[in-house]
Amino acid sequence: MIRLLVRDLRLAMRAGGGFGLGLSFFLVVTVLVPFGVGPDSGLHSVIAPGILWLGALLACLLSLDRIFQLDYEDGSLDLLATAPIPMENVVLVKALAHWLTSGLPLTLAAPVFGVFLNLPQGGYVWLVVSLAIGTPALSIIGAFGAALTVGLKRGGLLLSLLVLPLYVPTMIFGTEAARRGAEGLETMTPLLMLAGITAGAIAMLPFAAAAAIRVNLR
Amino acid sequence: MSIWEYANPRRFMGWTGRLVPVFAILAAACISVGIIWGYFFTPDDFRMGATVKIIYIHVPSATMAINAWGMMLITSLVWLIRRHHVSVLAAKAAAPIGLVMTLIALITGAIWGQPMWGTWWVWDPRLTSFLILFIFYLGYLALWQAIDNPDTAADLTSVLCLVGSVFALLSRYAVNFWNQGLHQGASLSLDKEEHVSDVFWQPLVLTLVGFVLLFIALVLIRTRTEIRARRLHALETRERMA
Repeated sequence: MIRLLVRDLRLAMRAGGGFGLGLSFFLVVTVLVPFGVGPDSGLHSVIAPGILWLGALLACLLSLDRIFQLDYEDGSLDLLATAPIPMENVVLVKALAHWLTSGLPLTLAAPVFGVFLNLPQGGYVWLVVSLAIGTPALSIIGAFGAALTVGLKRGGLLLSLLVLPLYVPTMIFGTEAARRGAEGLETMTPLLMLAGITAGAIAMLPFAAAAAIRVNLR
Repeated sequence: MSIWEYANPRRFMGWTGRLVPVFAILAAACISVGIIWGYFFTPDDFRMGATVKIIYIHVPSATMAINAWGMMLITSLVWLIRRHHVSVLAAKAAAPIGLVMTLIALITGAIWGQPMWGTWWVWDPRLTSFLILFIFYLGYLALWQAIDNPDTAADLTSVLCLVGSVFALLSRYAVNFWNQGLHQGASLSLDKEEHVSDVFWQPLVLTLVGFVLLFIALVLIRTRTEIRARRLHALETRERMA
């Protein structure tokens, strides 16, 4: 399993577009927002937590179809299915690799982009904390969506349609925590709910995703 | 003789063929009597005026929108556990109906909300969760359309339906947390004596029953169509082989 993780990470880095693409996309979204809503920095500081969460979510979405697609096309997913580790673990490791190459860098980069949007002083810590807790859920839910659409030729758009409604609860609690943090309110409740969603998703979705992959490999 | 024998496609075609007209006629009767009663023989509400009458369409369609998903969840489970083809075809047949019911609920709600709340749309928890339900239906239908192999499609959409149910419920309660509501409380529930005055309540129950019957009739018709389409497909394949 560790070898699989290392292999996935190596592929993501050497093939290009792993770290860089998601981060650049996040940057572009952040840069476009002020053009859309005008240069009022007071308004920016109000909407900053939500925009940063939305940008991170979309950047995560961008690389989802790479989780299984390439392995499906070159046949290594068949090998993994016959390997002596359960499919559920494969899903978990792949989601972890996806998180390490997209969720983690996005979390670390978010404070920098927060500066652009005039995020209030106290908000930085909570933005990073909420992203750190929430992005694993985005990766594992996305892995489930990718598992559903892995056999399709034009799966990308369908994948977004399937995954985005599943992202709603994560998004709600994540932005709520970040927003409350930025306004200096108590943040424990949304953070705990967010952690609960992440934990629940990690516990349940590998089974659903593995079932979907088995169906697709049939 | 067990209940599962009724799910055999041939038997299913037999008994549903006889029952569909019964359900359809009863549905038409209940809905038309309920609506005529509600529209012409009940007083205007003292605060809402005549707009209260949209309740006879709004509440039943919203109820069916949720219950259609519940039915899809059950039939998807039956397919995953017992592999009854009719079951998953019924889920497939119910999805567009649920989609339309959701749309009717959203549109009638908007029409009512404009004069009453002064806006077509607010990000109220109930409204928002209905919109999310609408997107779930869209995704479910899109997945059915995207996959060629019917058994693969049935398996994948069933898994999506199960996971989607969990997340739809989560979203339903998450949006409560996110924004306070403008929408009034439940119109119907089992634990309270009276939510709506009896004058409005009686025709409402009639239209509700009518919508349930309408839903059953439509699902049966669409399931029969799906079974026929499946048979046609099998015949064509056999023809090509020969």
